[in-house]
Amino acid sequence: MTAFLNVLFGRLPIGWLQLTHNRGRLAAALAGVAFANILVFMQLGFMGALVESAKLPYRQMAADILIYSSDTNTLSDSGTVPRQRMFQALSTPGVRTASAVYIGRIDWDRSDGVTSNMQVFGIDPDKQVFRSPAINSRLDRLKLQNVGLIDRKTRNTPKDVLAVIDSGKPYSFEAAGKTLSIQGDFDIGAGFDADGYFIVSDQTFLNLFPKRKPGAPNYVFVTVEPGANPDVVAKQLRSILPAKDTIVDTLEKAAVKDQTYQTTERPVGIVFGFGVIIGILVGIVIVYQVLSTDVADHLGEYATFKAIGYRQSFFLGIVFEEALLLALLGFIPGILISLVLYKVAAVATGLPIVMTALRPVGVFFGTLLMCSASGAFATRRLAGADPADLF
Amino acid sequence: MNSDQHPIVVTGLNHWFGAGEARKQALYNVDLTIERGKLIVLMGPSGSGKTTLLTLIGCLRRVEEGSVKLFGNELYGATEEMLVLSRRRLGFIFQAHNLHDSLTAIQNVRMGLEVHGAPTMKSWRPAAERLLSILGLGDRMNYLPKNLSGGQAQRVAVARALVGNPDVVFADEPTAALDKDTGHEVVALLKRLGEVRNTTTLMVTHDSRILDLADQIITMEDGRIVRIG
Repeated sequence: MTAFLNVLFGRLPIGWLQLTHNRGRLAAALAGVAFANILVFMQLGFMGALVESAKLPYRQMAADILIYSSDTNTLSDSGTVPRQRMFQALSTPGVRTASAVYIGRIDWDRSDGVTSNMQVFGIDPDKQVFRSPAINSRLDRLKLQNVGLIDRKTRNTPKDVLAVIDSGKPYSFEAAGKTLSIQGDFDIGAGFDADGYFIVSDQTFLNLFPKRKPGAPNYVFVTVEPGANPDVVAKQLRSILPAKDTIVDTLEKAAVKDQTYQTTERPVGIVFGFGVIIGILVGIVIVYQVLSTDVADHLGEYATFKAIGYRQSFFLGIVFEEALLLALLGFIPGILISLVLYKVAAVATGLPIVMTALRPVGVFFGTLLMCSASGAFATRRLAGADPADLF
Repeated sequence: MNSDQHPIVVTGLNHWFGAGEARKQALYNVDLTIERGKLIVLMGPSGSGKTTLLTLIGCLRRVEEGSVKLFGNELYGATEEMLVLSRRRLGFIFQAHNLHDSLTAIQNVRMGLEVHGAPTMKSWRPAAERLLSILGLGDRMNYLPKNLSGGQAQRVAVARALVGNPDVVFADEPTAALDKDTGHEVVALLKRLGEVRNTTTLMVTHDSRILDLADQIITMEDGRIVRIG
C-alpha cells in the first residue's frame, strides 16, 4: 500500500504512514467519519422517503394531465371540482379520455385493535385510471356494491388478512357504517399522509361517503391522444377551464407540486429538512474534529519539516492525502451500515426509505470536501508561525 | 564582505521575547562573521541567547531588528519564499531528534533529500543508506524512531541534516543524547565535512569534551557575545 501510494503521489505517503502508525486513533477517526456519514444518510433517507412516498400514488395514475381544484395542495387535502370539467375536457382537441376520481379517507379498525388511516380512491370501473394490471384486471369485481381492492403494502397489514385475500376469498370489515368486502390487491405503499390505499367504484365511494356528491369529484384524470403533447393539451385546457376554481397540470408537474408542498410547507417536511441540515452540520463538526486533532498532533513534526525547507503546499498535500483516505475508508462502513439501517427503518415504517444512486456520490464528495477544508483550515496555524515556536 | 567566504554575517542584531510588560530582550547588538568551512562552537550559560541566535540565523525565527546575511541574502524582512530557499541550503540537528514518529529511520533521512525535489530523488536510497552506515546505523534503517535508542535517533537526525549536502549545518546541543565516543564521532564527522566539502558548522553546546575539535569558540552571556576565540 505504501509503495502504491508512493508511486501515486510521487512522494513518501506521509499521510498514510501517519494514519496507520496509530491504529487505535485511526479506528476512532474512521468511526467518526463513518458516523457522520450514517447521520447524513439517515436524514437524507427520511427526507427522501417523504419525497418518494408523495410520488407513489402519482406513479400509478394512468393519466397525462390532472384537473383539480385550485385550493388543492396535496392528494389528501384536495378540494372538489365540478364534474362538468370532465365533459369540457372531453370536448377539447387532443384529449382521449377524461375520468372523474373521488378521494376520501376512511379508518380501517381491525379486530387486532390497530386502526389504519386509509385513502380511498373512487373510480369509474369502466375506465382504466390506474396503470397497474393488478387493478385493471379486477375492475369487474368493483362493479359490485361495496367491493374494494387493498394496497398490500398498507402499513402493518396483518398476514392473515393478506392470506385470506391471496386465497381468493373476500375479506370483509366494517367501515363508516358499511360492510366493505376486499376482493383483490395492488401495490402502492404507505406514505406520511396515509397508511395505505383502497380502490372502490365511484358508486361504492358515494355509498361510503354519503355527504359526497357525484357531481363533485376531486380529480379529473385526462389522457391525451397518441402523439399529442400533454403540455400543449394542458395549455389548451387551461384556456378553456376557469382558473379561479380549477388547476390543470401535467401529471409530473402535479406530482412535483404535491411533493414540494409536503417537503416545504408541511411540518413534517420542515422537520426533516432541519434534520438534514443538522445532520450535515454535526457531520461537519465531527470531520473537522478528526482532521484538526490530527494536524495538532503532528504539528511538531510538521514544524521540523518546515524548518528543513518544506513549503505550505507540502503540508496541504499531506492533509489532503489524509482527508482522501479518511473520507474513503470511513465511507465504506458508513454506507454499509446505512444500507442496513435503511432496510430496518423501511420494514418498521413501511416507508420507501431507499438509497438513490446519486446520494452516496453526494455524501462522499461532501465528506471529502469537508475533510479537505477542515485539514486546510487546521494547517493555517503552520503557515504564519515560525518553526522555532512550534517545536 | 564576500559572501562566498563568509556565509554568515550578523550586524547589530537585537531580539526580544514576549509582549508588553513581559517583553524581555534576549539578544543585544550582536555582531558576528563566520568563515566558510569552519566548525564554530557557541558556548555560554542557559538563557544567554545561544539558541535564539542559532534559530535567527537558521531562518527558524524572523529577524526583528538588525541584519542577518545568510549566503549574502538579507533575512531581515525576507519573503517566505526566500526563507524556504535558504532553509534548503541548511542542515539542522535539533536538541531533541525531532524525527517523524511514523517514518522509519531511512524514510526520515529521505525527507531531508526529498525537499530538494525530483532530481535528487533518483538516487536517494544509496545516499541515505551510505550515510546511515557511516553513522553506524546500517542495521537499523527500517526501524521506527520509538524502537531506536536516544543516541541512535540522534544519529538518524544527523543523517537527515547531512544527506542534502548542506552549505551550513546548525546543531543545537547535538551531543546531549549521545555517549562520549559517539558524540565525539558525530562532531568529528562534521569537522571532516568542513575540511572535505567546505561545510560550515555552527554548534551550540555545553559539552566540553568536543571543544578540541572547534575552529573557533564564541562565548555568550546575557544576550551578548563576550568572547571570540
